[in-house]
Amino acid sequence: MSFLPKPRMHHPDLHTNALGLTRRDYEGAISTLCAGCGHDSISAAIVRACFELDIEPHRVAKLSGIGCTSKTPTYFLGASHGFNSVHGRMPSVLTGANLANHDLIYLGVSGDGDSASIGFGQFAHSIRRGVNMTYIVENNGVYGLTKGQFSATSDKGAKSKRGVVNSDEAIDMVSIALQLGATFVARSFSGDKVQLVPLIQAALRHKGAAFIDCISPCVAFNNHDGSTKSYDYVREHNSAMNYLDVITGRDEIVVDYAPGTTEIVTQHDGSTLQLRKLSQDYDVHDRVAAIAFLAERHAAGDIPTGLIYVDPEADDLHGYLHTSPTPLNALTDSELCPGSAALEKLNASLR
Amino acid sequence: MQPTDIRDPDYFHKVVDCQWACPAHTPVPEYIRLISARRYADAYMINWKSNVFPGVLGRTCDRPCEPACRRGRVDEEPVAICRLKRVAADYKGDVSSRMPPKPAARNGRRIALVGAGPASLTVARDLAPLGYELTLFDGDRRGGGMIRSQIPKFRLPEEVIDEEVGYILDLGIETRFGTRVDSLKGLLAEGFDAVFVGSGAPRGRDLDLPGRQEASENIHIGIDWLASVSFGHVEKIGRRVIVLGGGNTAMDCCRSSRRLGGEDVKVVVRSGFDEMKASPWEKQDALNEDIPILNYLVPKEFLHEDGRLVGMMFEKVAARIDADGRRHLEATGEPDVRIDADDVLIAVGQQNSFPWIERDIGLEFDRSGMPIVSEVTHRSTRENVFFGGDAAFGPKNIIWAVAHGHQAAISIHKLCEGEDVEARPPPMVTLTSQKMGIHEWSYDNDVSNDLRFRVPHQDKAIALRDIRSEVELGYDDALAFKEAQRCLNCDIQTVFTDKLCIECDACVDICPVDCISFVDNGPEAELRQRLTAPAHNLTQALYVSNALKTGRVMAKDEDVCLHCGLCAERCPTGAWDMQGTLIDMAQAGTEKVLACSRH
Repeated sequence: MSFLPKPRMHHPDLHTNALGLTRRDYEGAISTLCAGCGHDSISAAIVRACFELDIEPHRVAKLSGIGCTSKTPTYFLGASHGFNSVHGRMPSVLTGANLANHDLIYLGVSGDGDSASIGFGQFAHSIRRGVNMTYIVENNGVYGLTKGQFSATSDKGAKSKRGVVNSDEAIDMVSIALQLGATFVARSFSGDKVQLVPLIQAALRHKGAAFIDCISPCVAFNNHDGSTKSYDYVREHNSAMNYLDVITGRDEIVVDYAPGTTEIVTQHDGSTLQLRKLSQDYDVHDRVAAIAFLAERHAAGDIPTGLIYVDPEADDLHGYLHTSPTPLNALTDSELCPGSAALEKLNASLR
Repeated sequence: MQPTDIRDPDYFHKVVDCQWACPAHTPVPEYIRLISARRYADAYMINWKSNVFPGVLGRTCDRPCEPACRRGRVDEEPVAICRLKRVAADYKGDVSSRMPPKPAARNGRRIALVGAGPASLTVARDLAPLGYELTLFDGDRRGGGMIRSQIPKFRLPEEVIDEEVGYILDLGIETRFGTRVDSLKGLLAEGFDAVFVGSGAPRGRDLDLPGRQEASENIHIGIDWLASVSFGHVEKIGRRVIVLGGGNTAMDCCRSSRRLGGEDVKVVVRSGFDEMKASPWEKQDALNEDIPILNYLVPKEFLHEDGRLVGMMFEKVAARIDADGRRHLEATGEPDVRIDADDVLIAVGQQNSFPWIERDIGLEFDRSGMPIVSEVTHRSTRENVFFGGDAAFGPKNIIWAVAHGHQAAISIHKLCEGEDVEARPPPMVTLTSQKMGIHEWSYDNDVSNDLRFRVPHQDKAIALRDIRSEVELGYDDALAFKEAQRCLNCDIQTVFTDKLCIECDACVDICPVDCISFVDNGPEAELRQRLTAPAHNLTQALYVSNALKTGRVMAKDEDVCLHCGLCAERCPTGAWDMQGTLIDMAQAGTEKVLACSRH
């Protein structure tokens, strides 16, 4: 780990966004993770995504649990709200925060231990309730903080750094998220920012539960021969199905790809996803087919990446619960406690 | 692009912008680090070896290194390299024991050096320790040449000159001061093995305008007047003074005038203020001393009454761009401007003059009256006569004279050894990893955010009272440390080993100045556009690796790299390493020493 703060000096041509901020303004403290950790690349991708979307840093709440991944919110969006929760409890804290104030952009950052083991139930319920959030699992298949034991997402047959073969079946977070009704599901790779940055942007603009499983090699404990989450293995088996371009109001949509290879998806908030398809017969709007496709590709030894499923018309928890348009935390005493006459009226309606 | 060949000694040398820009190629970051460590004597000796006059140059250098300094591209101003050199000289203590001893034995070769300025003294410094018998001629009674005669004492105290000229004369050099050489033929007849001409550009240009003769009593040639001031022959000037010219000599003239009774001193230049040849800091120093600089005024006439100068007339002009895009000055048609004056100093340029060189000794001159001299070997068309400093290619400055001196000394040594003078010795380059621990380097890689520190100045009232009172007081110990910390250590190179890279992007993500990219290879012009930050500065190289596992290459734009080492700290495999380059330029005799040490 590095001890020095990153120098403030920047490239003289560094761009500013619509808010007059530079990309550097979206950074956090310098990472204390191991050198070469995939998580740092994902942090850099989040920084770029937020910078390019002109997001005001104070409108983001970043939440995490415990683990290497859950340390990362310190390393990006230094001017945003943050909450580092108990192990595996990020989804509940996020759900609560979101219920109290739906005006913020919620970014949950978790790992395969935090979300696929101790917090598996929490993960499941936040997804099935449709909490409006971006939920990123930085998935390296090992418990890095405790020196490299297999995690629940480690593939059966994968070899640990000490040569032990994993005998347990892996949990595929993407398939689970699909089954649980996530309305935006993607998988990506920390070593491919061209794919990852637009996926994060699209997820941030998505209304509803957006889930990204991002394979993120652990350089210290899971980057050897026999690992299925190493840089080399993922690069070899990565089968990217599509690449996204996220277009917000400012830019004109220019489709310059061959017909049939591009699909335009307009999300709830008006942002446009321009999908460059590499796998032409794949339909990103068919949940059932997606689940089958993933099982098939997994059996073939492929790691399909890209946007896997999106429902651009999705609603979220607040919609399902018919909460007030004013965030709950902004309601005043008179609205929360309307008096005995109102109570009488309510009681009468229930008699 | 082809992968970068970092074994080319020039590749990393160019990354050290200051050293590359310095005519003598002084290892700047190396001595600045020593200043940070308060090892002033060590810092001084690095300078002394390379530029011979650290105390003089630390006050007067034209500092080509500073506009080149990388810091100037990421911060408002470059590192104060020149004034840090002075710090090394100011605080070094007694370094006499570190100076080379007088050679125990002579090699029997006799070399004549004409003019005791910086070029000749450099030749003497390089050749004396090798056993050469050197004879130094100068018309003045003391050594130093223009350093002593033309630079005012408020910029460069006499003791500094005496000390640094002394180190060289102490090497056992025969001086014939007060002896102006009036015939090269005669000198050659004395049987010298080689002659080095370092006689400068001693003739100031005059202005032949109406009234020049009539008012000549109060019209002075700038460099001659400065010499008279320097040697104490002139101690006063009129109350109202006009200085003509926009170079550093003009700045020295006007500031000297302010100290010798000139209360209303004006500098008048033909062209614009921005086009003036004087260094920006010298112009600023003049302005600080209440000397206005009037521009776009072309001298027309010296006005005189009863045989005395009373002022000058100037024509008002403006800069126009003609159809060919060339800039020229055109009269505006406005009435001429009259400026009253008691004295006028003409500082409109210097010329070479070689009346003492016979034209029938095999030494050829070009049409402009300059000797034909090789820019590499400094040899004239006569085998054993060499030129350097202003005498070689016209007026430049001290640091160029030093660089010429080093090259001429190499040539003279090779000539005397019977070697090919054209075959130039390469620099000695060492590349050493600076890694001390997991994330510990042998240099301070924490980049300072400080802006350039101003050098403290003497109180103006005191400074203007005494022409010998030095204006710049120099950095104190604490300021020197802080300014030294601004150096980015550009000689600590980012060295990339492609076989070790796993393409994890850690270096790309951490780089504060976006200089690293992993991209598909392509032609340079096109590749420069596709980098993390497009590389528009074409004077700075791209460092390109061999193809990596994914088929991409690592491409690093050297332009604004802070040399902070974070890429190497965040690299999991050691594919990036911070390696110190020490580029030691060859000097006379070093080739042999190296050849011996290699065996």
